[in-house]
Amino acid sequence: MEGSSFFQRLKQGLTKSRESWVQKIAAVVQNRRWDETSIADMEESLIAADVGVKATQELLETLRKRSPGASDPAEEMSRTLQAALVDMLRRSPGPKIAPLSARPWVVIFLGVNGVGKTTTIGKLAAQYRSSGKKVLLVAADTFRAAAIEQLDAWGQRAGVDVIKHRAGADPSAVVYDGIQAAKSRGVDVLLIDTAGRLHTKVHLIEELKKIRRVISREQPDAPHETLLVLDATTGQNGLQQARVFKEATDITGIVLTKLDGTAKGGVIIGIQTELGLPVKYIGIGEEVEDLQPFDPTRFVQALFEN
Amino acid sequence: MFESLTEKLELTFKRLRGQGKITETNIDDAIRDVRLALLEADVHIKVVKNFLDSVKAKATGQEVLQSLTPDQQFLKIVRDELVELLGGEHQDLDLKTAPPVVIMLVGLQGSGKTTTLAKLARHLNKDKKRSPYLVPADVYRPAAIEQLKILGRELDLPVHDSDPEASPVALCRQALSAAQNRLCDVLLIDTAGRLHIDEELMQELTAIKDAVRPHQILFVADAMTGQDAVNQASGFDGKLGLTGIILTKLDGDARGGAALSIREMVGKPILFSGVGEKLDALEPFYPDRLASRILGMGDVLSLIDKVQQNVEEKEAAKLQKAFLKQQFTLEEFQLQLKQIKRMGSLGSLLEMVPGAKKLAAQVDTEKAESELKRVDAIINSMTLGERRNPAILNGSRRRRIAQGSGTTVTDVNRLMKQFMEMKKMMQRVSKLGVKSLFNRMPHPYS
Repeated sequence: MEGSSFFQRLKQGLTKSRESWVQKIAAVVQNRRWDETSIADMEESLIAADVGVKATQELLETLRKRSPGASDPAEEMSRTLQAALVDMLRRSPGPKIAPLSARPWVVIFLGVNGVGKTTTIGKLAAQYRSSGKKVLLVAADTFRAAAIEQLDAWGQRAGVDVIKHRAGADPSAVVYDGIQAAKSRGVDVLLIDTAGRLHTKVHLIEELKKIRRVISREQPDAPHETLLVLDATTGQNGLQQARVFKEATDITGIVLTKLDGTAKGGVIIGIQTELGLPVKYIGIGEEVEDLQPFDPTRFVQALFEN
Repeated sequence: MFESLTEKLELTFKRLRGQGKITETNIDDAIRDVRLALLEADVHIKVVKNFLDSVKAKATGQEVLQSLTPDQQFLKIVRDELVELLGGEHQDLDLKTAPPVVIMLVGLQGSGKTTTLAKLARHLNKDKKRSPYLVPADVYRPAAIEQLKILGRELDLPVHDSDPEASPVALCRQALSAAQNRLCDVLLIDTAGRLHIDEELMQELTAIKDAVRPHQILFVADAMTGQDAVNQASGFDGKLGLTGIILTKLDGDARGGAALSIREMVGKPILFSGVGEKLDALEPFYPDRLASRILGMGDVLSLIDKVQQNVEEKEAAKLQKAFLKQQFTLEEFQLQLKQIKRMGSLGSLLEMVPGAKKLAAQVDTEKAESELKRVDAIINSMTLGERRNPAILNGSRRRRIAQGSGTTVTDVNRLMKQFMEMKKMMQRVSKLGVKSLFNRMPHPYS
């Protein structure tokens, strides 16, 4: 990823919270122990970032276990927390985006309604396309009005073909056609768009399982990636979403969208620690290049850096 | 997780049983339980603080009512306070102005504006006998205009033929005069999703507002929103002056604590909640019900409402008669099943019953629904005489019924057993009266 713009964008959004954190940390001057009021303030900041009660407690425990040095407690509190956060985010295996080691490389995108699945696919298609890959899109959201047209528009923008049926068609059938087309056309990357579905709707989760079965039947090692798209403004329900989707479909990673607002997306910390699901991409704007690979160190750095 | 608040409070107060008063000391643990529950429900941390302060002030020193245990009384205080914060009574969408009434929906990307707009149009058309004119003013998201056109066709309502190249402000102005020409009395504007910190796009909304003078500017908020709800709501309200809120995606399992944060920031009523993908899945918002949901107490009132809406008077009267005469036959049984089906999926019904949320997750509702279909088929394969007098069902009749309904004799037998149990229960009910049955149901604070 190209550093400067990513940093600037991220930092811009986070400046406010960073400032208040540093101020609070600076307030900690009690000698050998962290001041409990400051820890309470830190707790508030973490919860306000949607980190969640459980993960926040874990972080604060790490802090309590270590007594601060005399020199610069403010600096140290921030450093300790940063390290703890990066550690938390690293704990899950395979945060890296896998190289395209199969052909076609099949990626399926899922998530609840309105998180940005189609937009993410559009951006990713454009990125793969400009790096010289042959890309094919599958419009398996046959439910929502104009979803096919929306993906089609992205396909045209990126100069990429879209496999589609009519609205209301069986999504598994579209996916089947997509895989066949990808094979016969010698496609490098096949990106599958699915309908937004709440994780509580049993029949829709069953439909997802069926789509997966169709994929693995046609190509035994596929799908190579199953990405859950998650809106950064989502609160603690994100954890439940990830849990249910993971149970149903073996998710390999998260795409965290809409990080360009004031939401911090802290729920991913709980998702990584509790479910071992790594974030693979983040979305920080409307442009194609605003979809970026996720880097825990830089993410946390940008959160704390002055 | 959340279902456990009631249990937790019960535990917390168990140690305090026998104390006649809620005091400063015995309340702290309970307050902590509620705090955790509210935070897990995504209520903003500042809002939680204020809320707990006022709960504490209200609860301290209160005499525990004779009929309540301390945990019940405490929960009642919490719930009442929550209802109050959420707006108290249900409020209707105010349409009192010279037509066409301009209503504008705003919100972040993906909150559900377009779907909600179509649902609202349907509601105004069907329930309020208005003739809405739908205006797609989202020229940015690919196919957003097309989406609203498709939904309009489905509803058989006119949709403005928006030019994706035009400016949204010009579009809305055109649409307003088009609506006047068509004698439509409501103009519903679907705006593009945007971040509250996007100056340029917020500017555009202000320009639309100045151009068409909306009577209502409704903020469409995703019930799954976390702590950021506060920023979003105040961002939009600061720029536009919102008049109301619609909460979407409440059919999921998010507890909707964001609603409390939004309500606190904006101070405007929450008017509707979106509860499904279908176009009739828009319900009036009731503060007391969301309060119960946030506290994991189930949504009994919604359930009762649904039952009332869907049980047709005549059928209900017939059932009641059968009830009283203790002549509950398979005919009535089938009638009842039909009413259950009309109320929606079993899963969504179960979720509304206090404490049954966990159950809803465990029960394979799909299977239960197909079971219902089977029962229906079996009863349909019976003669009228058999339905009225199941006692005559001998082996050969049962075989015939099984064949006729594509089931097995075992299925028929099982149904008969269920029916007999049901009948027994009914008789017990009619002896004791319905009221006593309800009294025996566990209720948080009755």
